[in-house]
Order: sequence, then C-alpha cells, then structure tokens
Amino acid sequence: MVLDGFDAIIYRMNYNQQAPAINISKLHIRYNHHWLFNQFDFYLPANQCTCLLGPSGIGKTTLLRFIAGLQHDKDTEYSGCIITSDDKPLNGRIAYMTQKDSLLPWLNVLDNVLLGFYLRNEKIDIELELEQRAHALLEKVGLKYVKNLKPEKLSQGMRQRVVLVRTLIEDRQVILMDEPFSSLDTITRLKLQDLTASLLVNRTIVLVTHDPLEALRLGHCIYIISGSPAKIIHTIKPQGAVPRKVDDPGLLTEQAKLLQTLANNEFEI
Amino acid sequence: MVLLRGIISAIVLVLIWQAIVFGFNLPPYLLPSPYLVLESFNQNWLLILHQSIPTVIEAGFGFVLSLFFGMLWALALSYFRPIRLWFLPVLLISQALPVFAVAPLFLIWFGYGMASKIAITTLMLFFPVTSSFYDGLRKTPGYYLDLAQTMNATKWQILWRIQAPAAFGSLGNGIRVAATFAPMGAVIGEWVGSSEGLGFLILNANSRMQIDLMFAAILVLVILTVSFYFLIDWLIKRLLCKHYV
Repeated sequence: MVLDGFDAIIYRMNYNQQAPAINISKLHIRYNHHWLFNQFDFYLPANQCTCLLGPSGIGKTTLLRFIAGLQHDKDTEYSGCIITSDDKPLNGRIAYMTQKDSLLPWLNVLDNVLLGFYLRNEKIDIELELEQRAHALLEKVGLKYVKNLKPEKLSQGMRQRVVLVRTLIEDRQVILMDEPFSSLDTITRLKLQDLTASLLVNRTIVLVTHDPLEALRLGHCIYIISGSPAKIIHTIKPQGAVPRKVDDPGLLTEQAKLLQTLANNEFEI
Repeated sequence: MVLLRGIISAIVLVLIWQAIVFGFNLPPYLLPSPYLVLESFNQNWLLILHQSIPTVIEAGFGFVLSLFFGMLWALALSYFRPIRLWFLPVLLISQALPVFAVAPLFLIWFGYGMASKIAITTLMLFFPVTSSFYDGLRKTPGYYLDLAQTMNATKWQILWRIQAPAAFGSLGNGIRVAATFAPMGAVIGEWVGSSEGLGFLILNANSRMQIDLMFAAILVLVILTVSFYFLIDWLIKRLLCKHYV
C-alpha cells in the first residue's frame, strides 16, 4: 500500500498504538443513597469497540465518568477496581467525547481541534508537526475550508466531526464516547459512524448509546445493561468488520432480536 | 437608534417640565424652568467644564481600579478554596456597609484630594465586577471542565483558558453596571469633602440657592454618565463579547 502525505500521517497515528485491555471489577456506584452499580464487573478487550446499551438514566454516563477519572461529583460515591493489561494507570491515556459537543465558542475550528495542546501549553514545542496533523485530519473529515470559522457557524454534523478530530489528535489509547451522535439526523449519524469506525482503529473504545443500530454497526462486543442496580443482562458479539453496512441482512436480523430483547426487558421493569 | 429614542423622550420630558413650571407658576428657587437652566449653563459653562475634569478623572481611575481588583478577587475566590470559604462572607458584609457611612473615614485615610474619591468609587464599583465575574466562573458548563480534565490541564490552566473566557459575557454585565455607577461614586466622594469637582459644585450651588446652576451641573453629570456608559458598552462589544455566548 502506498500512502501519500496526509494519509501517511493518519496511518502512523493509528498503527503505532498499543491500546490496553481494561478490566473493571467490584464496581460500586451510589448516587444519593441509590445504588446505580453494585458488584458490577466488566471487561473491555484491547483495540476493540465495546458498546454499552441501555435505557437512559441507568448510570451509563456515571460509569464512563468513573473510567475517565472524573469523580468530583458531590452526591456520588464510587468504589471499584480498574486493572489495565499493561499495568499502567489510565490517567493521561483517555479521550472523552461528551454528549454535548463541547466546542468552545470563542475559539475557531482549528484552535478547538488543538485545544488539548493549548490547555497544556504544549502547542509551541511541536507546532509544525501538530499543524500538519490537524490539517490532515480536517481534510479527511471534509472540514478543510472551515478551519478558521467559529463553531456557531457550523452545522451539528460538522461540529461533531470537529469533536472527532479533536478526540483523534489527542492520540489517546482509550476513547470514551457518551452518545456522541444522539443529536444528529439519521443520515448524518450513519455517515459519522462510518467515519468514526475508519478513523478510530487500534484503540480501546467504550461507546455508550441507546441506539441499537449504532451499537450493532460499531461494536465488536455489545453489553446490554438494565435494572437498578444495573446488571449486564445480555452480551452480543456481532460478526463481521466494523462499520457494518446498514443493509447487511445479518445486522438486520440481529437488530430485530436486539429490539425484542430490549422491549421484553423494558416490560419486566 | 437607542440614542435617538433617548433624545426624543428627553425632549418630551423637558417640555413637560416647562409646562409644569409654567402651569403652577413655580418660583425659580424651587424649580427653575429649562430655559433658565440653559441660560445658567450658557453663563457658567466654563466653570462647569472646569469642575467636571476632576470628577471625570476620579470616576475613570476608580472604574479602572475596580475592574482590576474586582477581576483579581473573582479569580482568587474561584481558585483558592480557603479564600472562598473565609472571605466570601466578608465580601458580602463589606457590601452591607453603606458607602456614605465609611466615606468620611476614607477622607481621613486618603486625604482631602482625589485619592479618597478614587478609593470610594473603587469600593462602590468593585462588588458588581467581582460578583458578576465570580458568578460566571462558577457557572462554567460541566462538560467543558470534564473535557479539560481528561486533557490533563492543571487547575490554573482550566481557570485561565476555559473558565475565564467562558465568564466574559457575565463579566461584561458587571462592567456595564460599574460604568453607570462610576460618576456617582466620584460625586459621593466629593460631597463628603472636597474643594473641586461636580459634586462640590452641586453642593455649593445648592447652599447658595443657585438652583439653576445646580440643574446645569446635574445635566452635565447625566451627559457624562450616559456617554461613559455607551463608550464602555461599545468597548465591551468590541473587545470582550464578540464571540462569547
């Protein structure tokens, strides 16, 4: 395979990764004296996308925040054990994509993409290489011509693509995504799922979603969680490489089964 | 547009004023007619202009100092937890003190000249600046903070690069309030004791029953305050809030 300039940059970013597997055990999370998780164990395989599928309000975001090390919430008590396969702490190796796109309105697209480096005062040291990477990625997602615009001028889909580039350029091994595409229309969502799957390879990804199709398209492994405290009630390992096609018959039958499971479960609660 | 509408309503008010004076046949020492005020301004404009220079300087310096101290305080309050815990109540108590009550003290501490007026103005203006900026800093959207934290930014970097710019809109409101109070602070300072300034002129004219001169001075004070407000508002829009939500 021969790669020209920009593709080579992206290729180097993706294939030099050594993403860890993560094992989370004996997780207890209590919010306002109410158990969200009690004795919860789960495993995130290395270099794969694990989806957490479940109804809203079950504590999926809280779980992600726990993994990300964001535990400064006053009403929430956490305890639990995170073990990585390379025995290094997760701190500094995580990128977090929140539900809201969280672009800073006073910075333009390029500065938003480079936010992490700007925040840590690293921008000056590696400016040239960094700019090149930013340009490569922005071109890849089709935002080359808007890099000097403010986020308010962009559509939802474009904003989410900027977030994707920002997440990617941080070059982290573990990526946590909290319903990143929930505010988009269907077509844009499908396109962004394709883009995500093609850009975020060789990383350990946790994708929280309540959209079964999204989970089935992107997940190597899907955990369906339900109940209070939350339990994994079902695990699915869909076949085929991601992103799976929307019209794939296998995917469609899986989706039908999954919807059935979710509907039945909703009923029990 | 705002200015035009303001001028029109001002003209209507002046006409009503003239009508009241004419209708009730009020003597000039109770309420001079707008015409008399204008005439007094015409006679004394040099004096009024001369006396407004110290007031403008005091208001300007007080305003700038209050911005500096106000922003510094707000940043300190949100950065250092002990300061927040122990000094926020003190800050509130300091606002319960009426400026008029402590103004004579300032005269003793800072002298009879401009310094005491600047200090009084600063004391008056610094609270709206501090409280608006601090409020803005406190209300930074949580997902900005989460993002910055996962990007391994330090507390100071988050404060300086995320919280402060996110609070600029709120700070702008506080600065506007401060701008409208600035000339008032200077005039209060001059009332307590001074030998120059618009406040001094107003008090002096009042005790000599030169009500028309007093009104002329007040008129100039109003014009100064309004122009100062519009200048600051324009600056805020240009510099601070252009891209801030």
